[in-house]
Formats: sequence, structure tokens, C-alpha cells
Amino acid sequence: MNLVEKQLYAAPKRYWYYGTLSVLIILLIAWSASTVDLSNIEQNGWSIAGSILAGIVTPDLELLFTFNKQGVAYLLLETISIAFLGTIIGSILAIPLAFLSASNIVPKPVAYLTRLLLIFIRTIPALVYGLMLIRVTGQGPFAGVLTIALISIGMLAKLYVDAIEDLDTSILESMTSIGCTTFEKIRYGIVPQLFSVFLSIMIYRFDMNLREASVLGLVGAGGIGAPLLFAMNAYRWNEAGSILIGLVILILIVELSSNKIRNKLIRG
Amino acid sequence: MYDKIFPPKKILLPNGKTVLEKRTRTPLILILIGIGIILSCEFTNFDMNQLIDRWDEFFVIIGEMIPPNWESLPDVWTPLMDTIKMSLLGSLLGSLAAIPVAYCAASNIVCSNVINTIAKVFLSILRTLPTLVAALIATFIFGLGTLAGTVAIFLFTLAYVGKLLYEQIENAGMGSFEAMESLGMTRVQAFRNAIFPQILPNYLSTSLFCFEGNVRYSAILGYVGAGGIGLLLKEGIGWRDYASVGMILLVLVITVLVIETVSEYFRKKLV
Repeated sequence: MNLVEKQLYAAPKRYWYYGTLSVLIILLIAWSASTVDLSNIEQNGWSIAGSILAGIVTPDLELLFTFNKQGVAYLLLETISIAFLGTIIGSILAIPLAFLSASNIVPKPVAYLTRLLLIFIRTIPALVYGLMLIRVTGQGPFAGVLTIALISIGMLAKLYVDAIEDLDTSILESMTSIGCTTFEKIRYGIVPQLFSVFLSIMIYRFDMNLREASVLGLVGAGGIGAPLLFAMNAYRWNEAGSILIGLVILILIVELSSNKIRNKLIRG
Repeated sequence: MYDKIFPPKKILLPNGKTVLEKRTRTPLILILIGIGIILSCEFTNFDMNQLIDRWDEFFVIIGEMIPPNWESLPDVWTPLMDTIKMSLLGSLLGSLAAIPVAYCAASNIVCSNVINTIAKVFLSILRTLPTLVAALIATFIFGLGTLAGTVAIFLFTLAYVGKLLYEQIENAGMGSFEAMESLGMTRVQAFRNAIFPQILPNYLSTSLFCFEGNVRYSAILGYVGAGGIGLLLKEGIGWRDYASVGMILLVLVITVLVIETVSEYFRKKLV
């Protein structure tokens, strides 16, 4: 038995561990497989799939290139506006909540309570907020802005907190030792550490909000979702195809540019 | 361009050399953001007065939710389980299907630009498609019910895990892979024995993270008829039965919290 074989057989044998794990996973699959109810499949499902694909491949070019209020370009612009304004409002609202839930700034119980509140805010689905806010503002993109602002708070605050808890406090101590005032400590000790991280988080969230904003139309909160839904429900696949193409291109462009900006921000 | 309009400041150092300090771009960025905000306000009919007048309407609804309707708890149970099953099955199958796609997309394993590009473009297009839209399309093909939701979650997981996985494969150390290939293994065997053990912990952790997110997403899929708890939510809000909606949301928050805690524990152990 040479050295290599010895090493090979010296590996700890954990058959029981892997065995129970596999059985557990197989049981979970079996349990969840009951959702697959094949009896409900539409008889003409494949022909519908074919017509969807055909619609996407041959989009309604007229709709794609008109620039009035029904055109894809205007709807995309509206969606961007909703996401942009919502992100800005949300990221401002998230800052105080983030400081309130950072355990190195406020006492532990306060931080814990704020965190619980944030988890609540984060878990409630966007469409529910949308439906509730329509009561406040009526149907339209304004409700979408408020919804986006509310749903971004949860995640933004969570990511902000990570940045705040990573603050380098030795800088603050050295500033105290040379006699800086509280304002100076915040301006020159804390803000430069947090600003670029916060900005990069905001851009990341804008990217996500664009996707969220594109489905908010389903509940009547503006953006490109409503025309998409109408087109699909009326089986006008060419129209749906042109909207989807516009949406996918927009999201890809925004994702690429946001990745570039964030790389620049983080690496300096 | 910007440097030409506002020439950089020259600083004369004591040793006689000059250093150029570029002018800050902050004012330009601030102006652009300001224009963006004003334009967005125009496009979205943002109206501060209306907000100040009517913001309390929102809290009226929350107030009605606060003593949740405990009697509706038994009705919530089955759709909740459906939601969890949907996201579990979708995430499992999706993360399994992500392996071959990521294998094709990784440029250091499959040395064919055409296959790499096709797989990468496929993944990014799939990823940009909002889950709710995917679910809507799935309901047309697979009929109303949980199957459509499972398909939507499957597609999203495939795209998300696939992208992260191929990035990890491309960053993995190639030393042992090359050694195994030189011993006469095929590329697939070498991948299985050299690259896969390297990426396995990260892969499992990403899949778990995706599952966490999927539980959240699948809660709204019922809104377009793709099964799960969303249908109940839609009905509750439609009937203005806010006490039941409160109950659903409470159950949902607790479920997500439990799943998140468990998966976070395992993810910490993995990485």
C-alpha cells in the first residue's frame, strides 16, 4: 500500500451522514412533487407555446417604434421613471432605519426591534403594497413610485447595516484625539467611508426595482406591466413580443451599465 | 470633454514639479440626478399634496389588518404548503439544470466560442424576464395551478444559479483539471473530479439562497393564477377582507423567517 492509497483510505467515512441527507432530500422531492398536476395542462398548450414564440420572433414593429403615449418607448420611460424616483425615495427613507438597526450604534433591543420591522416590510409582496397604495393615490404611476419606495426599504436597509457595522472606528477615535467636533467626525470620518458603498447599493437596487416596476402594472400601478398583461390576455402575441423585447433590452442595458459603475465605485 | 471645459487645477510642489488635480465631477452628477428627478416627477404625476392629504389611508388598511382573522388560519394552510412545495421543487430542479448550462457557458471548460455565447445569452435573457411574466406565460401553456408556478420558479433559478455557477467555474483553479486531463480522463470526468469539488460549497450556498428568495417570490405568483398563497391574497384584497389578508401576511412572514434562519445556518456552515 503506497502513500497515495493510504491517504485515500484515511478519509473519514461518513456513510450515515450522507445516507440520511440523501434520504431527507429524496423525501422532500417526493413531498413537493405532488404539486405537479399534469391533468390541468391545456390540451393545446404546445400550439399556444408555438404562437407565443412566433409572436416574440415577429414583434409588432409599429408598436416598438412609435413614440406616442401607447408606444413601447414611452412605457419604458415611464417604467424607468417609476424605478428611479422610487429608488431615490426608498434609499433616503432607509438611511435612518439602517442606523436604528445597527447594533454598534444603538442599544441591542432597539436594533433587534427595528430588524424585525424590516423583515416584515421586506416579506410583504410588492403587489400587496401596490394594491394598498392604490387606495391612497388612485391608479397610475404615482402608486407605483410609492410601492417601489416601500419595497426597496427592506433590502436597502439590510445592506446599509452591513456597511455601517463594518465602519472603521479607529478613524473616529483618532479624530477625537486631535479635537474634532461631532459634526466634523461625521463629515470627514463617517461619510467618506459609507458614501460609495451606499451609492453602489442604491444602483444595485435600482437595477432590481426596474424589474419590479415592470410587473407593478398588473395591479394598475403604472409602467409597462398593464399593456403586457392586456396583450397577453387578448392573445395578441405580436404586441406582447414587442413589449417583452423592449423590456429585455432595457434591463440588459441597465444591468451592464450599473455593473460598470458599481465596479468603478467599489474599486475607486 | 469635461476636463476641457473645466481645466484641471495645477499645484506647484516645493520641488518644482507641477501636479494636475482633476476638477470634481460631483456638480455635474448632481445636476443630472436633479434633472432625472424632475423628469420622473413629470412622468409619474408625483403629487406631494395628495400624498400629504391621503397618506393616512394606507394606515387605515394596516389598522384593519392588525387583529388578524384567526379563523381563516385553516384555509391558509394548504395554499401555504403549495407555495413552499412549488418553490422547493422549482429551486431543486432549477439548480440541477443549471449545472449543464453553466458547464456549456464556462469558457475554460468548453472551448467553443459559439456554445459559450449561446449559453450566456440564453442565461441573461432568461434572467431579465420578470418571474411574474414567466409565470403568466406558463399559465397559458400549463394551465392554471401550481405547475405553472413551479415552471416559473424553475426558469428563474436556472438563470440565477447558472450565472453565478459559470462565473465560479471560470474562476476555479485549473491545475488539477489539467493534471487529470493529462492522465487520460475526458473533460467531463476531469470536470467532475477537479472543478466540481471546488465549486460545490458555493453552489449549494447559492442554491439555498435562491430558494429563500423563491419562497418570497412564489407568494405572489398566485396573483396571475399560478397557484399558491397569492390567489388568497388577491381574493382577500378584492373583497376588502383585510383581517384575512393580515392573517396570510403574518403566516407568510413567519414561514419566510423560519426558512431564512435555517438556510442561513447551513450557508454559514458551507462557506
